[in-house]
Amino acid sequence: MVAALLTLALMSLLIGIVLLWLGQRFQPDENSVVEQINAVLPQTQCAQCGYPGCRPYAQAIAAGDADINQCPPGGQAGVQALADLLGTEARPLDEARGLHKPPIVALIDEDRCIGCTLCIQACPVDAIIGAARQMHTVIADECTGCELCLAPCPVDCIDLVNRPEPFYVWPAPHILPIRVRAS
Amino acid sequence: MDLFLIIVSAALVNNFVLIKFLGLCPFLGTSSNVESAIGMSLATAFVLTLASVASFMLTSWILQPLGLMYLSTVAFILVIAALVQLTELFMRHSAPLLHRVLGIYLPLITSNCAVLGVALLNVREQHSLLESALYGFGAALGFGGVLVALAAARERLVMADVPASFQGAPIGLITAGLMALAFMGFTGFARL
Repeated sequence: MVAALLTLALMSLLIGIVLLWLGQRFQPDENSVVEQINAVLPQTQCAQCGYPGCRPYAQAIAAGDADINQCPPGGQAGVQALADLLGTEARPLDEARGLHKPPIVALIDEDRCIGCTLCIQACPVDAIIGAARQMHTVIADECTGCELCLAPCPVDCIDLVNRPEPFYVWPAPHILPIRVRAS
Repeated sequence: MDLFLIIVSAALVNNFVLIKFLGLCPFLGTSSNVESAIGMSLATAFVLTLASVASFMLTSWILQPLGLMYLSTVAFILVIAALVQLTELFMRHSAPLLHRVLGIYLPLITSNCAVLGVALLNVREQHSLLESALYGFGAALGFGGVLVALAAARERLVMADVPASFQGAPIGLITAGLMALAFMGFTGFARL
């Protein structure tokens, strides 16, 4: 009885300690180069850089496989930000990947939509809602304007429009710094 | 030859899902499309093989010398849960993409009774270390193959003209039953 309890308790303790140690050791590193590059990228997931999304592109930059000027949505400002972060020289945006455009969103002409769900599958950020044989629509706040939904649409009912001005923007909170007295 | 027989026996003749009826919940739960079925079977294969090795070590190095074999079920569950945690930790660190694809399926493996079943059967059959590992691997092969096959069948069944009262889970259960009938044909193919 005592031996059984002791064995189980010791085993649990040992496993717990090992898992805790490994968990702290293998924590995803928030300050790694990949994370920092990923934070600068615009997160459109448009794949114009030649990688499946922003994070794979960030990994490729960190590994030295990709150049920093392959992101059209980020524009020249994005290239500059990457150059500042990595301490390299900024270079002109690679125009072969696409041109930098003002922010746009997809808009589905709902009269023409046949509910085929093809655009839903293409959307990298799940910004299109709808079901089979039901009308689809775009959640404008989630849409990144990546244009990936245009090609699969069989009836060409998706247009890109300028991102609408928000109806109301909450003013940034005005926070006073807390003063700490030295003595 | 014996080692090969162990794999064939665990994968086909004594298939864990269709003959022993272990691990039925992930079998029916994650078989609605082939992609998630493949992910689930890969993750389960990894854990199954590791768990059978770990449970062998636990039995022969700790439980048997101390005469605590009646603790084996509790101890195995502990080790399996730890292994699943370890797999998830490791995968999140070294293959974040795969971790994102498998997502919730990883922790689900803890409650897969096929994993515990393999560990307990290894003890009962008194397998050696290598035999245990191969038995676990064979069980994983059988589980994964059957899971992917059922997922493929169910993907086609979505298109089929099924009577309203049989749509969804019932027709899935009937399909699984028919597959189990077919697997009975392997009986006597290899004895173990």
